[in-house]
Amino acid sequence: MKKLPFQKRTLALIAVLVPLLALFVYVALRSGPLAPVSVVLATIENKSLSPALFGIGTIEARYTYKIGPTVAGRVKRLNVHVGDRVKAGQVLGEMDPVDLYDHIRAQDATLKQADAQLNEAQVRRDYAQTQALRYEQLLQARSTSEEVVATKQHDLLVAKAGLTAAREERSRVRAEREALGAQRSNLSLIAPVDGLVVSRDAEPGTTVVAGQAVVELIDPNTLWVNVRFDQIRAQGLAPSLSAQISLRSQAGEQKAGRVLRVEPLADAVTEETLAKVVFDQIPDPLPPVGELVEVTVTLPTLGATPIAPNAAIHNIDGNLGVWQVTNGALHFIPVSLGIADLEGRVQIREGLQVGDQVVAYSENTLNEHSRIHVVDHIPGVTP
Amino acid sequence: MISLAGRDIMHSWGKFVFTGMGLGLLIGITLSMAGIYRGMVDDAKVLLDNSGADLWVVQKDTLGPYAESSSLYDDLWRGIRGMGGVEQAANITYLTMQVGKQEGDVRAMVTGITPGGPGTPGWPPHLVAGRQMTRSHYEAVADIASGFKLGDRIQIRRTQYTVVGLTRRMVSSNGDPMVFIPLKDAQEAQFLKDNDAIRGQRRRTAENPAFNRPDVPGLFDAVIASQTTNPYVNAVLVQVEAGHDPEEVAESIRRWKRLTVYTRSQMEEILVGKLIATSARQIFMFLVILSIVSSAIVAFIIYTLTLGKIREIAVLKLIGTRNRTIVGLIMQQSIALGLIGFVVGKISATLLMAPIFPKYVLLQPLDSVMGFMAVVMICVLSSIIAIRAALRVDPAEAIGG
Repeated sequence: MKKLPFQKRTLALIAVLVPLLALFVYVALRSGPLAPVSVVLATIENKSLSPALFGIGTIEARYTYKIGPTVAGRVKRLNVHVGDRVKAGQVLGEMDPVDLYDHIRAQDATLKQADAQLNEAQVRRDYAQTQALRYEQLLQARSTSEEVVATKQHDLLVAKAGLTAAREERSRVRAEREALGAQRSNLSLIAPVDGLVVSRDAEPGTTVVAGQAVVELIDPNTLWVNVRFDQIRAQGLAPSLSAQISLRSQAGEQKAGRVLRVEPLADAVTEETLAKVVFDQIPDPLPPVGELVEVTVTLPTLGATPIAPNAAIHNIDGNLGVWQVTNGALHFIPVSLGIADLEGRVQIREGLQVGDQVVAYSENTLNEHSRIHVVDHIPGVTP
Repeated sequence: MISLAGRDIMHSWGKFVFTGMGLGLLIGITLSMAGIYRGMVDDAKVLLDNSGADLWVVQKDTLGPYAESSSLYDDLWRGIRGMGGVEQAANITYLTMQVGKQEGDVRAMVTGITPGGPGTPGWPPHLVAGRQMTRSHYEAVADIASGFKLGDRIQIRRTQYTVVGLTRRMVSSNGDPMVFIPLKDAQEAQFLKDNDAIRGQRRRTAENPAFNRPDVPGLFDAVIASQTTNPYVNAVLVQVEAGHDPEEVAESIRRWKRLTVYTRSQMEEILVGKLIATSARQIFMFLVILSIVSSAIVAFIIYTLTLGKIREIAVLKLIGTRNRTIVGLIMQQSIALGLIGFVVGKISATLLMAPIFPKYVLLQPLDSVMGFMAVVMICVLSSIIAIRAALRVDPAEAIGG
């Protein structure tokens, strides 16, 4: 019985020290730089790929009409406000005529004066004609001199010329009167098409220069999206591809559309390709012009092809490749990549077979000598 | 021959083991402090590793992009790409800021990366979940240390980004997690003021008669447009073609493009030697002080343990035990205490302390080996004081008071 307490103590000491030592060995080998790297594997699959392009753009109106006077003047009144829908031919407003009506009255009087002058010239010519005829008969009866007859014929010619002058003067005055009339109708600002008033740039009383816009109209049925695609990710962009349009104000809601055209001029500064995308159906209520939108253009689906996740692609010494795992050992396999979709899957053209296991995620940077430990998900990542 | 030390430890093993564990926690803190120091240096190095660059092209005469601000026109990379020996050149922007999420915000280094694909300089070299970015706008890859999850919507300035991928150990030299976003968005985030500021700027421009001239319609809009662009990036990352000397390529860019270029070793010198130098020295001083304090405490513990046994030692002397045996007793006990302390310290540093520190703690095996040797040395040295006291004891004390 003397030995028992000693044995008990030894056992207790061993019970404390052995787990401590075991824990120490575990800590030394399984954590820190000596520990194997946790990796998540992915299998190369044979699947079809639906590539897509992503761009952002702004809503713009295809046709914008800037309506203003053709001569400098003062705005008299405006009938429309921003947001009003207008019809083609509707009077939107009017410019102040200032002294235009006085000019018209003066011109009316001038026209009457010209009429009177025309009458006078006609009377003169009729008289001169009668006189010339009479003196010719008198000359035949030898009761007047040839000189007098010549004078009368000269008078007739002068009277005829006077009549022509009076007639042309009247035409001139009438044309001027019509010009004033045209100017008067030009004072009205008239909508050229059915449209929506988007801006009212001058209020009544403002003096505007010729050509300055007073009212701006857009045609709401021709709204389109001016989209910018990064050139590096614009391969395959073509007219009539279908597009999903997502407005910033209505995130999560997709509107259908299609690519109308790809601009022949790219933006050289921002390295972007521009395209116009139209809505299949103009949204109602109308989205504000200038709103930011995200556009996803769907490209034709690619048939079954070897596919890898893009997280598996690494760049080692300038070569793109993947870490292939065979029998628990790592090898870096250079691959040639094809098309990628927006969900992070990329086509493998060369280098890997369907069914190959590659490293998708790793805890640390890998190299040929890394020891790996395959897990379902990397520690710390909530699945 | 029976081990006196072993018998003595057995005699009061509980006290001994708990003293060892207490000592272990102290050693654990010292090891963690060394780990924090290593972690700081490692933060700076992984930042360089993760960028995947051989050369950093920055604004002339700056230490950018990490240690100083640097800005370059964003079309300069085209000229650099065309130079001999350049495999790839990519723009990059860095901006440390608060990134908002549903509740609160996180300090992060927002990195704008050139669109391209995995492997482009600046892109995260490996992920732990999700995927790399595929859209050229409004997607983000975040470091797991930021606390973001896949599918989270995060707010940078006025734009929301969707987290599509997660990385690990992608941090700035300050240890802030990195959030990768497309370059164009990042340029906008760097430059874009809040809406109030933009309105104010527009109003100021509108009030300036030089810009808002009624006789030149369109001038004002053009001025506003030119005010709201940001054609700058912080650096151009260059990968050198295989077979070219990075220093040679750097020299030709310096000479012909008149820009400042840093190679990997120069960049490391800037980061480790300049950017984190003071804080690293601070931590290093802590480490030194903690080591001194630890060794003093070890010395005290062993001294008191020995003094506690002074009567037994006197009895040993009285029965004619040789000094060598007594020295062996004390020294073996002291080393055993050190061993338990080191084992407990290593375990607690790795399993308990390293994970709770907010910054990265890198426990290197070599540091542990050096720590082990230091612990043994300190135990041997501190037992010498106790040995002196034990040897000087008068055997008569065994029977006296």
